[in-house]
Amino acid sequence: MNFLWAFLIGGFICTIGQLLILKTNWTPARILVSFVVLGALLQVCQLFEPLKKFAGAGVTTPITGFGAGLVQGTFENIDKYGFLGIFSGGLTAMSAGIAVAIVSGLVIGMIFKSRSK
Amino acid sequence: MDRQQYAEYIKKISPKSKIGWSLVRAFIVGGLICLLGEGLGALYQMWLPGYDQTQIGSLVSCSLILIAAILTGIGVYDKIGYFSGGGSIVPITGFSNSITSAAMEFRKEGIIFGTCANMFKIAGPVIVVGVAVAMLCGLGYFIVGLFL
Repeated sequence: MNFLWAFLIGGFICTIGQLLILKTNWTPARILVSFVVLGALLQVCQLFEPLKKFAGAGVTTPITGFGAGLVQGTFENIDKYGFLGIFSGGLTAMSAGIAVAIVSGLVIGMIFKSRSK
Repeated sequence: MDRQQYAEYIKKISPKSKIGWSLVRAFIVGGLICLLGEGLGALYQMWLPGYDQTQIGSLVSCSLILIAAILTGIGVYDKIGYFSGGGSIVPITGFSNSITSAAMEFRKEGIIFGTCANMFKIAGPVIVVGVAVAMLCGLGYFIVGLFL
């Protein structure tokens, strides 16, 4: 059942992205940024947790999960370490993903050449 | 030809993709990527019972990022992107794709000044805005916490 909801909700979020591309001519960077902010706001309003329980990877795999994770990490670190958490929490929570993205981008960029054109 | 005429001209010659069909494709591909994430999560939960939900989530994100980077390298992800549009941009794999494809594109300008310097050309704003928003929210949360 979890799998079905992950598929449906995840697909739905991506469909919104596609609709934005078609209707607004936004660049991918702008769409990614909008979804990150959306995820962060959902997390602040405490709406993201129930969504996550319900749809699992359906809401964490889209980039909304990145925004929500940043905010969640920040709040958790504030609870743990106080003032310092405002600055350390976000990137701590997302550190693994960012590190893998940097290193895999670097390695793949060195191995493969761009095929475009 | 003034601006308006030009806009009309562009509208006339650009291919009319059917909106409904492209939404369906975005839905299916995006959904499948999320399904893959859910599946990997279930697998990792089975293999690594000591890990909590957050750690499993991190591992799943890392795996999807790595898979997308490799698919971008061998040129498959661009084909998926052409087919699905938003379906492959919105998931975390699209974030990874934007980094890897920039890294590949600027490789010809050298590893340091090309690849390293330009990797975050598209993904950079995501991290900058994300961190800034999270910090602002954190500041609000901290201040509210002082009074409760």
